Amino acid sequence: MGKAIDAKNLNIYYSSFLAVEGVNMTIRPKTVTALIGPSGCGKSTFLRSINRMHEVIPGARVEGRLELDGKDLYGPGVDPVGVRRQIGMVFQRPNPFPTMSIYDNVIAGQRLNNKKMKKDATDDLVEQSLRGANLWNEVKDRLDKPGSSMSGGQQQRLCIARAIAVQPDVLLMDEPCSALDPISTLAIEDLINELKMDYTIVIVTHNMQQAARVSDFTGFFNIEGTGKPGHLVEMDETKTIFSQPKEKATEDYVSGRFG
Amino acid sequence: MSIDTERAQQEKVEPPPGPVSLVRAELPRWAPYGILVASLVVVGVLLAVTGGFSIGLFVFLSAVLFGLATYLVSRVVEGARKATDRLVTIVVTVAFLIALIPLISVVITVVTNGLARFDAAFFTQSMRGVGGANDLAGGGYHAIMGTLIITALAAVMSIPVGVLTAVYLVEYGSKSRLARAVTFFVDVMTGIPSIVAGLFSFALFALFFGPSIRLGFAGSVALSVLMIPVVVRSTEEMLKIVPNELREAAYALGTPKWRTILKVVIPTSIAGIASGITLAIARVIGETAPLLIAVGITTGLNLNPFANRMATLPVFAYYSYAAPGVPREPFIDRAWTSALVLIIIVLVLNLVARLVARVFAPKTR
Repeated sequence: MGKAIDAKNLNIYYSSFLAVEGVNMTIRPKTVTALIGPSGCGKSTFLRSINRMHEVIPGARVEGRLELDGKDLYGPGVDPVGVRRQIGMVFQRPNPFPTMSIYDNVIAGQRLNNKKMKKDATDDLVEQSLRGANLWNEVKDRLDKPGSSMSGGQQQRLCIARAIAVQPDVLLMDEPCSALDPISTLAIEDLINELKMDYTIVIVTHNMQQAARVSDFTGFFNIEGTGKPGHLVEMDETKTIFSQPKEKATEDYVSGRFG
Repeated sequence: MSIDTERAQQEKVEPPPGPVSLVRAELPRWAPYGILVASLVVVGVLLAVTGGFSIGLFVFLSAVLFGLATYLVSRVVEGARKATDRLVTIVVTVAFLIALIPLISVVITVVTNGLARFDAAFFTQSMRGVGGANDLAGGGYHAIMGTLIITALAAVMSIPVGVLTAVYLVEYGSKSRLARAVTFFVDVMTGIPSIVAGLFSFALFALFFGPSIRLGFAGSVALSVLMIPVVVRSTEEMLKIVPNELREAAYALGTPKWRTILKVVIPTSIAGIASGITLAIARVIGETAPLLIAVGITTGLNLNPFANRMATLPVFAYYSYAAPGVPREPFIDRAWTSALVLIIIVLVLNLVARLVARVFAPKTR
């Protein structure tokens, strides 16, 4: 578990609109990489292109190469469904399935794909995933309750448990804390620190303190103006980005000055 | 011009020493009822004096006077905003009561007239061999069974077609040309007069079996022509309100699209879909015209929708009223009872729809 991601000259289009241009990025296995940048700069689009989730929007396509441990994710015959089984995703707003209990939500990945599992194995997987998401102690007595009965922070951790229950190699997080209070945010950040033992994590965040706290590497995306494509300005170790970035734009952004 | 603004204007000229008061004059709680009683009395006395008393005129004039009086009193005491609020409240309430009149009237008429023959015989006997001066029995058993069989067949045909069409429109078609064409024709079909559906079905079967064909199944086909667009529309609306986040959550777990639809989208919206379907059934179960043409009527019980005529409740009611035997009264009574049974069936279906919606709704605690 925990694989590397390589983007080589990646262009991402929505129909004819070029949304993100020329991204070259190497994400090392079992690290946390934060993507920062102003709204609309394409960092979420890039994140979603890693597990081909942006293809949900009709007309979305990419040019260039995106590799997972050297294997092209957009090569001929590659099934997006298979890609998503290896690269999990946690979204901005917690989205547990409202028709399922907490228990069923955790194993939704197995249930939805009709994997037959023994009752014991399922129980173990649920416990292990919920422990992995630091949620086990809070919910172990009410696993049969619906997922929507929990607080927002708990729901988000449930979504993380659901994502790691399918045992992916990479975990993508699209602003996972933006809908949460500081205490829940702290819980998630602690969790990210534990998860990087096993997983490669890419996280999009608008909170620069969060990027500084949780990530090993940081990539800064920017956009020239409306209608222009977003691009990766620079990527480096987090402490370098926040102390002595190479680019003026990065320095302005991380220090809170713009323009 | 409200008191509020007037005061504000005065304040501009000469600011008051203290803070602006948040308290304002208000009518006592009993005021609307008092005004209502007063208007009833005034209109009643006036009409009695002029001698032109009629219940319709009395209610109409009282309502008008009540609205005006409330508005004026409230405006003087409470100001323009409150007065408008009270007036609009009265207008909305009156509109609601007017809308209720036909409904209550229909229910009362049908219940009072229908109860006469609402007996065991009506539910156990057909009209076979009923006639003559002393034979007051006979019932609608054959028509009840006919209605249930034909509607059930129509539902069996319409639900899969309708639900799958809606799934195509929402999940696969999005904005393709085919989807837009389907949406357009579904809209057109919603507006088809029911007799056209009956003629279509009759013409279709007459093509194969000759013009004397009358068949329960032909009625089912006519009803499903009417039912499919309703099912498509309601299912479509329900699928549309399933949040995209849930679809994305399923995709992100590596779930193929068809499984996402089957296991996430439809279960999430099943409550709405099921109640929509039930309401669509309730909508077609009372159709008369298409069944009149395609199914005809018969006096005996026929449980086979693929051979010969069948009786149905609306058509049975129509014929009992339009072509009664001698004496007339038993036939008219049976027509009313058929109408009553039909209303009860629709009522039960509506209750079932609510129950279904509650049972299937996603739990929150």
